[in-house]
Amino acid sequence: MASNQGLRDESDGQARRRAVMAVLAHSAMADIAGRLGTIALPMHENLREPEHGLVMVRGRIGGDGAPFNLGEATVSRAAVRLTTGEIGFGYVLGRDQQKAQMIALCDAMVQSTELSGEIETKVIAPLRAAMIADRSRKAAETAATRVDFYTMVRGEG
Amino acid sequence: MYVAVKGGERAIQNAHRLLAHERRGDRDVPELSLAQIAEQLSLGIDRVMTEGSLYDRELAALAIKQARGDLIEAIFLVRAFRATLPRFGATEPVDTGAMQVRRRISSTFKDIPGGQILGPTFDYTHRLLDPQLADGFVPEQPATSEATQAATPRVTDILGRDGLIESSPAADADAPVGDLTREPLSFPAHRDLRLQNLARADEGFLLALGYSSQRGYGRNHPFAGEIRFGEVEVEFFAEDAGFAVPLGSIALTECQMVNQFKGSATEAPCFTRGYGLAFGQSERKTMSMALVDRSLRARELGDEVIAPAQDEEFVMSHSDNVQATGFVEHLKLPHYVDFQSELGLLRKLRQEFAEANEAPDMQEAAE
Repeated sequence: MASNQGLRDESDGQARRRAVMAVLAHSAMADIAGRLGTIALPMHENLREPEHGLVMVRGRIGGDGAPFNLGEATVSRAAVRLTTGEIGFGYVLGRDQQKAQMIALCDAMVQSTELSGEIETKVIAPLRAAMIADRSRKAAETAATRVDFYTMVRGEG
Repeated sequence: MYVAVKGGERAIQNAHRLLAHERRGDRDVPELSLAQIAEQLSLGIDRVMTEGSLYDRELAALAIKQARGDLIEAIFLVRAFRATLPRFGATEPVDTGAMQVRRRISSTFKDIPGGQILGPTFDYTHRLLDPQLADGFVPEQPATSEATQAATPRVTDILGRDGLIESSPAADADAPVGDLTREPLSFPAHRDLRLQNLARADEGFLLALGYSSQRGYGRNHPFAGEIRFGEVEVEFFAEDAGFAVPLGSIALTECQMVNQFKGSATEAPCFTRGYGLAFGQSERKTMSMALVDRSLRARELGDEVIAPAQDEEFVMSHSDNVQATGFVEHLKLPHYVDFQSELGLLRKLRQEFAEANEAPDMQEAAE
């Protein structure tokens, strides 16, 4: 029972971290930096120096079948450890190593009981709102191009 | 074979200096920025990323600029760059069904869940040159309307529910995913390798092959079941983090071709399918890819193999424009030694020919 609870806590924690990472990955580096500038950053060290490389992007045959290799994408990554012990990871498409570093720092802060509230309200929440607004704008533009084709039946009217 | 030649360093240096000058063009005209290329020549970027087999808009823009707009040269540059980077691993397979759709059309059903969405398309334009665009044209802001929350399932998934279309091949947990960047091609090739090859194949080559299959060179009578373009989330299982981390999203185009039926004594007839997937908005590419994918399944589906588009060795060995351009263009490099030996042989043959033709005359004269 207790261990089940532990597992659930861990997966809840992971889900929250993944959600934060997704917001940050979709945000521009300058916007993240701007937001991080409004809070006091904790002491930390680099566990993995920021670097960039490749990942092979996979699709599925027919969209839902066996995987195949579509082509590569550039990815940056970094890892940091706060002096309080939390370890954060940053992975993001592109060659912006600084962005990966910031994501890693945010991921570490999200796991800290003291810092998670502040980073959520001052960094993640506004970036999330901007991301959602951007998606809604695109969805509204796309929706305006929805088309209703109708077929003409021969001999009618 | 061509052999190394010495000399010409100075001329080569100056030729490259002249190239840089010509690339810049008239220096009174403002220089192109990478952002301008990425934003305003975005379909060129998509092609370079797809055939360069590397998703990175900024790098593709740099390659196009450096290549003076020669897209195959740009693809070559991108391929060379990718070879310098380490690979961290492979992503989780992307879910195109969860795409944030920017365009989505079906030529098989007019009413599909989630609707038909034209998006940004050249379709239905009149293909008349627009003089307005020549200078300082400011387009209107796009129209907007209320977006529905309705899901946009793949059309093939809808057909699949009733068993009307063959299902996609299931993943085999024991079989590694084929990767032609790691293993040299061998034949027969599995469909995963074929699709990887087609995904990075030259668009013009696939277009011509797809077209040939429609015109009767191999059996192919498809409908465009669905074409969709939009953003798809990418996730990567990070060993250090211990879970799949989101990397952000990439733009993809997917094409599902629905082809004629196949059935047997034990299986009810159903539609067969061809599949295309590419980076960015690459509609012509994915449609051609799906046609050729289906053609290359000829043996598997019992079609008579009679046409180039059905011959996997022919298609896969000639589809890569970097390989093709390398072999075609190497002909312009110095081949002096080869040519000297051919020249020597030709002179000898001509002499023998002359002697053989002179000999009877001399005989006649002697008699």
